[in-house]
Amino acid sequence: MAKGGGTKAAKLIRSSLYTLANIRVKPSYKKSEARIEEISGYPRVILVNQPATLPDQDSSPPLFCTNYVSTTKYTLFNFLPIALFEQFNRVANFYFLVAAGLTFTDYAPFDWPSQVVPLALVVGFSLAKELYEDLQRHWQDMTANCQKAAVHSPSGDFEQKQWREVCVGDIVKVKKDEFFPADLLLLQSSYEDGISYVETMNLDGETNLKVKRALQDLNFSVPVDDDKATHFQDFRPTIRCENPNSNLYTFTGNLEYDGNIYPLDPAQLLLRDSKLRNTEYVYGVVVFTGNDTKVMQNTTQSPSKRSKIELQMDKIIYLLFGLLIFISIVSASGFAYFVRNLVPLWWYLIPEVPGEDFDINNFLISGLRHLVTALMLYGYLVPISLYVSIEAVKILQARFINNDLQLYDDVTGVPANARTSNLNEQLGQVDTILSDKTGTLTCNQMDFLKCSIAGCPYGKRLSEVELAAAKQINAQLESEAESADGSLTDTASLEAITITDDGNSNNNKKGAIKGFSFQDDRLQKGNWTKEPNADVILLFFRILAVCHTAIPEVSEKTGELTYEAESPDEGAFLVAAREFGFQFIKRTQNSVVVLERLSKDQEPVEKEYTILTLLDFTSKRKRMSVILRDETGQLLMFCKGADTIIFDRLASDGKMYLESTTKNLNDYGEAGLRTLALAYKKLSESEYSEWHEKFHNAKISSGSNREELMEDLSDVMERGLTLVGATAVEDKLQSGVPECIDRLALAGLKIWVLTGDKMETAINIGFSCSLLRQGMKQICIVVSAEMLAEAAKDVIKENILSQITTGLDSIKNKKEPHAAFALIIDGKTLTYALEDDMKFKFLNLAVNCASVICCRVSPKQKALVVRLVKEGTRRTTLGIGDGANDVGMIKEADIGIGISGVEGMQAVMASDFSIAQFRFLERLLIVHGHWCYKRISKMICYFFYKNITLALTLFYFEAETGFSGQMHYDDWYMLLYNVFLTSCPVLALGVLEKDICAEFCLQFPALYQQGPKNLFFDWYRIIGWLANGVYASFVIYLVNLRIFSPESFRKEGQTADMYVIGTAMFTSIIWVVNVQIFLVSHYLTRVQLHTIWGSIVVWYLIVYIYGMMPVQWSAGNIYHQLPEVLGPAYKFYLSTVFVTILCNMPYLIHISYQRCYNPEDHHILQEMKNMKKDVTDRKMWKREQVKATQETEIGLSARVDAKMRLMKGRTTRKYSSLAPNSS
Amino acid sequence: MNNQAVTNGIGSSRSTRRISKKPQYSRFTQQELPAWKPILTPGWVIASILAIAFLFIPIGLFSLFASKRVVEIVYRYDQDCLPEMYRGNATAYIKNSDANKTCIENITVPKRMDPPIYVYYQLDYFYQNHRRYVKSRGDKQLRSVGYEFLTKECEPEARVNKSKISSPIVPCGLIAWSLFNDTYNLTLREKVLNINKKGIAWKSDTEDKFGSQVYPKNFQLGQDMIGGGKLNEKIPLSEQEDLIVWMRTAALPTFRKLYGKINTSLEAHDIITVALQNNYNTYSFGGQKKLVLSTTGWIDGKNDFLGIAYLMVGGICLFMALNFILLYVFKPRPLGDPSYLSWNRKAAN
Repeated sequence: MAKGGGTKAAKLIRSSLYTLANIRVKPSYKKSEARIEEISGYPRVILVNQPATLPDQDSSPPLFCTNYVSTTKYTLFNFLPIALFEQFNRVANFYFLVAAGLTFTDYAPFDWPSQVVPLALVVGFSLAKELYEDLQRHWQDMTANCQKAAVHSPSGDFEQKQWREVCVGDIVKVKKDEFFPADLLLLQSSYEDGISYVETMNLDGETNLKVKRALQDLNFSVPVDDDKATHFQDFRPTIRCENPNSNLYTFTGNLEYDGNIYPLDPAQLLLRDSKLRNTEYVYGVVVFTGNDTKVMQNTTQSPSKRSKIELQMDKIIYLLFGLLIFISIVSASGFAYFVRNLVPLWWYLIPEVPGEDFDINNFLISGLRHLVTALMLYGYLVPISLYVSIEAVKILQARFINNDLQLYDDVTGVPANARTSNLNEQLGQVDTILSDKTGTLTCNQMDFLKCSIAGCPYGKRLSEVELAAAKQINAQLESEAESADGSLTDTASLEAITITDDGNSNNNKKGAIKGFSFQDDRLQKGNWTKEPNADVILLFFRILAVCHTAIPEVSEKTGELTYEAESPDEGAFLVAAREFGFQFIKRTQNSVVVLERLSKDQEPVEKEYTILTLLDFTSKRKRMSVILRDETGQLLMFCKGADTIIFDRLASDGKMYLESTTKNLNDYGEAGLRTLALAYKKLSESEYSEWHEKFHNAKISSGSNREELMEDLSDVMERGLTLVGATAVEDKLQSGVPECIDRLALAGLKIWVLTGDKMETAINIGFSCSLLRQGMKQICIVVSAEMLAEAAKDVIKENILSQITTGLDSIKNKKEPHAAFALIIDGKTLTYALEDDMKFKFLNLAVNCASVICCRVSPKQKALVVRLVKEGTRRTTLGIGDGANDVGMIKEADIGIGISGVEGMQAVMASDFSIAQFRFLERLLIVHGHWCYKRISKMICYFFYKNITLALTLFYFEAETGFSGQMHYDDWYMLLYNVFLTSCPVLALGVLEKDICAEFCLQFPALYQQGPKNLFFDWYRIIGWLANGVYASFVIYLVNLRIFSPESFRKEGQTADMYVIGTAMFTSIIWVVNVQIFLVSHYLTRVQLHTIWGSIVVWYLIVYIYGMMPVQWSAGNIYHQLPEVLGPAYKFYLSTVFVTILCNMPYLIHISYQRCYNPEDHHILQEMKNMKKDVTDRKMWKREQVKATQETEIGLSARVDAKMRLMKGRTTRKYSSLAPNSS
Repeated sequence: MNNQAVTNGIGSSRSTRRISKKPQYSRFTQQELPAWKPILTPGWVIASILAIAFLFIPIGLFSLFASKRVVEIVYRYDQDCLPEMYRGNATAYIKNSDANKTCIENITVPKRMDPPIYVYYQLDYFYQNHRRYVKSRGDKQLRSVGYEFLTKECEPEARVNKSKISSPIVPCGLIAWSLFNDTYNLTLREKVLNINKKGIAWKSDTEDKFGSQVYPKNFQLGQDMIGGGKLNEKIPLSEQEDLIVWMRTAALPTFRKLYGKINTSLEAHDIITVALQNNYNTYSFGGQKKLVLSTTGWIDGKNDFLGIAYLMVGGICLFMALNFILLYVFKPRPLGDPSYLSWNRKAAN
């Protein structure tokens, strides 16, 4: 605000602008008069302006928490216990913990490091991640805690203090556009009457400003704005109020000052995390600090979601646990058998001496003890590092999403953000998208587009809906021309386009004015005076310019006038009024000044309208009115509101234009525009003063029915209106929305729209984003208002049920094969339809419809619908929205996506992923989702494979050792296998693998269905991989044993001992699993190649280095093994090569065969890409792209298809009717 | 309301200053790294399978040929060396220290054997890989005198109770205690065939793992439990190569261990007289004992498995390659043929 303007504005007493909500003269009592509970009824006593150091009068000072805010999950002390507990809550981790504990006992088949080290690494990694995330939160807190606030000091100055040092009872000064450091009690603002405006976007997601009001009768002078507010020095009231709670909209308490007691209410409470707007500064007393603040009390953890793949993975882990228990029992039984029957004869074991491992006299106990050992030994079946690896992979995948430049919105400067990384692969499996409308599909930015004045429609420019329709015709004709004998249609289409685009193309050249896209020469440039109804038009413009609650602001930089309005519609009206020559320039205490230019040549005249009363807009009233006195002294009431409301209130002689206006409004509705009706009424002095007296009395009354009374009175006043006209404002679709919806539909996704808007608007938007089209049968499930009001619940439900059944029948008995259905249901009906006995019937109908639009739904209903779809269809749902009202839906859906748009951070905060625009959803799902799904599924399958391969070789060996629990591998091999030797390639696979490049994913949307159909992680595939593991372990074990024993394995005649065979076998395993992952990968970047061969090389290095360590460090078993024993033996290499090839041969042959005779789509596309067919055979390429779609009945393409079918039937007639000029 | 909402207000206030959040471009972050995208085209498949076949078959032939050249004599003697009178009670015989354990048998050399000829003993059904057995050794004790008392792992063969003081057994543990102690003396045409027992152990064992200062002590003193062979207490462990070889436990219950080397060549039809001391008890658990004389081939001892395995896999590969070739000839699928795309196939159905 400019400085001059600022002081002027400061003089305004804003309270007069807001009648119903704010003016409430609080009764105050002398302390002596007050009832006891008024004083002592509140538990929280705050001594204002008295630092805690001062000695307290009555009692010990109450202890309030500091303003230090901590959102961290852990503290320094509880981090380890809590985080560890969470880690070991996972079955697998707990198993490994127990196993690690047991390694210190005699039960263990190996030394403690081989269990403890991997577990420590795995848990350590998870802890480190937790710690890192918590530290990030801590740093975020610290920046918040260290912000500066101006706090009143005993010396009378305002000192800069950090937020965390702010105490309860401090007086703080907050300037414009600053955040409140704590919950404050508003004492005084820069406005005389103590009004201030706050933006609570971070709290509830609402963008409009909220008015807060200081206590009226608290008398001290308005301080000068120089940080020397000495008058606060003696201001030492006592505040008694309720204890901290989470309710944002309640607050009770009282303030005792100078022996008076003033009651307090939420209107005085400035909440932390909201922002001061349009007010130069405020003074407030800190009431709640830190974790006591309302916003902190509202803090909840968003529910943790797990992806379907992970849930399925858990099942595999249970399966493996089953296998583990099975082979352990086999081992234990075998052991018991040996102990009972054979071991007593083995003198070389001295079996008579019972050892820690067996007792021949008690084979059952020995068997049971061995069960424990076996359970630990085969623990490698369950991949210990799986969770960690997956977590690491997902974090990296999430970084790719965050860093994707094509998900970055240049306009708002917001990149995509994967807020939780554990749902990446779920993005590739979405079946149903449930979308919010306003702010998600549309921009929530209003453009004044058309109006109807005196029943005459103005505004030539087309709305997007109309434009989309025009484009559709164009596209349709074009394709028609391509396909058939279309020399005629060529010209026709051209004509059609030039006609439809006419209105818009002209306007685009002119610098676009934000909020104003109106174009009609009849009204612009002062031409309206020549119109027949010029006086009505004048009135229309005046209503636009006067009937509002906006405040003009001069921007400091450009000197331009902008309007600070409560709703975007209002802003658009003021811009429109300005463009028509009625520039609202100033609002004073009780007047509105408008610069009116009545004709083109005339100089603008400043006109002042005295505002007498303002009845403001609420969602319940759906209208607002101002009563004013114009310069001629005439009393007028201007009213604007929802058409139905206004039409009900028209005087019998005010309905002149009703019929034509209604018609225009219907047209506007069809064009997807938001409409308001404008009306006025002339008042006589006596009429007004009589009413005003009643109204004023009601206003200052303190009875409980005050609001009701005032509402009744406004209702009385807002009657007998005369209709002037209607406005049509366009809520623009976000860019790329129809295209995106089309692509998503082609990828086989279902899209539901859940909106709070009314049915007409919703349907309009449905048309404009191609969810609906002409020729689609709309099944509207609606219960009339009368019925809702009168009929019993059963009757209503009966009615809805019959509607649903009829709908289902018509779908079943559809005559045309391509008939499409759309379901439209409104919120009230939905309440009944969502009840348990009906919801599945409703769902059944809904899934049979091509598109579903639910209008007038509450946030809770949105969540319920999501739950219904999620639980009813068992498919993956995706909720996308931008506002606070979408939070429930976002949290409920399998994946919640927040649009980081203008409506605050609420939705984003609750979401799992946030994107800047709806259109990014396409890339997020079809590219990233697809990739992540494939990566994770490949990775998990491979993980299980590699662990089975290792663990089963141990099992086979057991059978040779009398099931005694001996391993033929060194402990260190086992230790390194999961955490080091095989982990890098699989991580690289999980992060970088791609079956198809991004462009192809987008060009062939049908590929996406591989995810929802779960083709790559079905049980067939999983079992196949497990079987592959079993086979590989078998081959590795058998072949190595047979090759190395019993004959000498070297030319020099030596025979192989157990560990030689162990190392050779392990070498085979390393080769086999690494070659396997090479075969699994399709996209081999340098990273993958390096990790694969690196793993193999590292294995040899480890064996070498480990063996070459001094003998006291090295485990005796493999001391000098590689260079001395295995290295010179040709057999060592021959066996590795042989085993590697034999193990991978079946897989290779399988995939070759499958690829050849049962190729999947991505195989063919890979081949095409390889052969550059996409460049050489453009025609085929294009054709396949068109075909690579799921059958869909929504979206632009479906529209074209439908039109094409229609045209094939009646070609010639259609042409002539479309383009009459050409014939 | 979410956690971060609290502090995010600050974030948004800062964004008004428009710190660019635009992600940095790099080929890695945009997932555009150059990559090798191999495609299993029929050509590749056939070529690689054929390559494997053509690699494996010669290796197989070579190994088999090498193995066939190896001459191996396996002679099981545990039953032959059991005197008639003990046939029914072999355990009593073997445990009877007074019984004559010497046994003389003749072996015929089937083919000419060129030196070095390796002499092995082979035991069957002897579980050297049993966990209790494998664990029961004192690696440190074997290495150095200083660790003499480190016998914890050697139970139940760790200490000897000599006049109330328990003193350690060196080498301790079941493995050493059960040392194989049959001996073979070979004569060919009345001339003693010298069996060289030096250099049968791995160098790392004799040099590092078995101490040259560690001498056997209290070994095989147990009165009630007599294990296997005894050791000469004058010779340090590092030179007791029989023990060293024995102490490398075998992976399977059937194993062969090197006994010595013969450096003279044997002609076909030579008859070797073996005078063996049948000391070692395998009778109580039904194990078998075999004497093995074998030469080695180019890569190893007599082991047909490797050659056969290579040949078989090579053969299978050849077969698969032919199969694939035939399949491609009779039922080719042109690469990148769009008619195989799922949507086209669906339409065709």
